[in-house]
Amino acid sequence: MTEPAKKELVIEVNGLRTQFGDVVIHDSLDLSIRRNEILGVVGGSGSGKSVLMRAIIGLKTPSAGTVKIFGENYYESSRAEQIEIEKRWGVMFQGGALFSSLTVAQNVMAPIREHLKLPHELAADIAAMKISMSGLPPDAGAKFPSQLSGGMNKRAGLARAIALDPEIVFLDEPTAGLDPIGAENFDELIVNLKNSLGLTVFMVTHDLDTLHATCDRVAVLAEKRVIAIGALDEVRRSDHPWIQAYFSGPRGRAALEAKKTGARFAAEKD
Amino acid sequence: MEPAAYSTDLKGGLLRLVATGDWLARHLGAIDADLRAFEDDSVGRDIVIDISGVKRLDTAGAMVFERIIAACGQRTGRSSIVGASEAHRQLLENVRPHVNPCEVEPAARNAFMMMVNRFGRALIEGYYVSIEILNFIGQTLTTLMRVLRHPKRLRMTSIIHHMEEAGIDAMPIVGLMSFLIGAVVAFMGAKILRLFNAEVFTVELVGISVLREFGVLLSAILVAGRSGSAFTAAIGTMKIREEIDALRALGLDPIEVLVLPRAIALIIFMPILAFMAAVLGVIGGGVVAATAMDISPAFFVGRLQETIALSNFWVGLIKAPFFAFVIAIIGCYQGMEVAGSSESLGQRTTLSVVQSLFVVIILDAFFAMFFLEIDF
Repeated sequence: MTEPAKKELVIEVNGLRTQFGDVVIHDSLDLSIRRNEILGVVGGSGSGKSVLMRAIIGLKTPSAGTVKIFGENYYESSRAEQIEIEKRWGVMFQGGALFSSLTVAQNVMAPIREHLKLPHELAADIAAMKISMSGLPPDAGAKFPSQLSGGMNKRAGLARAIALDPEIVFLDEPTAGLDPIGAENFDELIVNLKNSLGLTVFMVTHDLDTLHATCDRVAVLAEKRVIAIGALDEVRRSDHPWIQAYFSGPRGRAALEAKKTGARFAAEKD
Repeated sequence: MEPAAYSTDLKGGLLRLVATGDWLARHLGAIDADLRAFEDDSVGRDIVIDISGVKRLDTAGAMVFERIIAACGQRTGRSSIVGASEAHRQLLENVRPHVNPCEVEPAARNAFMMMVNRFGRALIEGYYVSIEILNFIGQTLTTLMRVLRHPKRLRMTSIIHHMEEAGIDAMPIVGLMSFLIGAVVAFMGAKILRLFNAEVFTVELVGISVLREFGVLLSAILVAGRSGSAFTAAIGTMKIREEIDALRALGLDPIEVLVLPRAIALIIFMPILAFMAAVLGVIGGGVVAATAMDISPAFFVGRLQETIALSNFWVGLIKAPFFAFVIAIIGCYQGMEVAGSSESLGQRTTLSVVQSLFVVIILDAFFAMFFLEIDF
């Protein structure tokens, strides 16, 4: 357990303060993410999970504090340096946020075309592979986002996020709105991609099953800061009332139970 | 950083491809065409790919190796990738199931056939659209009748809101444009009429053209551009966000909630705009007459009263509510027709303005003929 602590930090957030007008969302928030881990960010509705993600990826300028990505201070970098950083991450927005006037394949090809000068055929092959990797059927590539279901849009959003083989992937509620089987596949997919591509994943989620199935560490957002961060079992032991309510409620216990039985079945198989 | 490179050789009937360097997406563009040619040439032969010299590998690089091995099922099972490090082997394994290229673009078709196709489609769509707009007008009118029987269901707040947005907020721009048009007509008229020593007829020219046509037409054009498009965009966005479906599911009639208030607001306010435009147009003409010609304001007004029949004024005003109805209906109809993408929203907004202007001008022509026939 000491080994991961030595790992390089890819994202460091220090003393972050974000606000909309007079409403303060985060205040002196610290958070760091290690290379090749899946960090789950949980918190009540309105606790600023998505805003935190937006602050890290440069969409919401913080009013104080620093955001360092790969050791570079994002908000103090020049635009050219920012673009270099942006090429190294992929973002999946909540609803997929696909460009509605492009087909799914064109959506996935968009970052490839913009950032790598590749021949069309190769770009199309790469896009086809990413679409297949994200679990979409082969004919999805030629379809427009409006012709796909919500779950498929999310998968297509993921395909676009991993188009450039990013080092960090940001996922905003990846499994919300998916059916349980779809959500489980998605969890597997994320762990799989993390292992095979060496991804670091920053995941905002509400889904307890996803937390159990995928996350190496969990950060709990409340009272405008991170009140607990660590392996799921450590975080669960905290006596903060919100954490207790979250993990020890009926849903939390059910998810834990599912994990245990799942582990037992796996052991029996061996 | 070392770009991807490879060499090939043939030993004992077995083809070998030795890859070196960083097989990353950004390096592959340079060698992809050669690799494809090599793939095509080597189809049917077995191949061994040695990747022990590959330093860094990403999914695109792994895909290219797997693509060469798979070669659309043209090789036997003896083809393989050797020399992979543990991490590379895992990556290759993860990529393998996903290399059958899927359909990326809609199949391309003959350009001429597509043109014929589009033309035919446009004709048929034009036919259906006119039926649908008539249908929409019918729906709106029946809804209006139903609402009028229970006047409490008339949404006054909404009507007033739209009167403010589409009417009062449009007054400055409509007034200014109308004033300028009146002035321009007076200028042009004066210049030509001077040739015949008939400068004094500028008064009739301005009076009749502004009161009968320009006032109301200008208001309609500006309202179609300002408010017709706004109706389409607002309703279209609601359509995309499923708000229209939500209204229906709540047992509310979107026509009653969204279309009627807009239509009523415009019908009430367009005559007011047209009246203001007519007055300001005449004033514009009068100002030019007083400054550029020797026609005093008192003479201008006096001559206006003597020579211009009041009917000219009424002809202008009568048209206003009809134009308003058409603009509101087309704006709302196009909003309801928005589907799916943001691009569709843009197209519908354009269509809304173009169609309402088209119909307004057609209507105006009909009115002109009608009033000519009845000698009004």
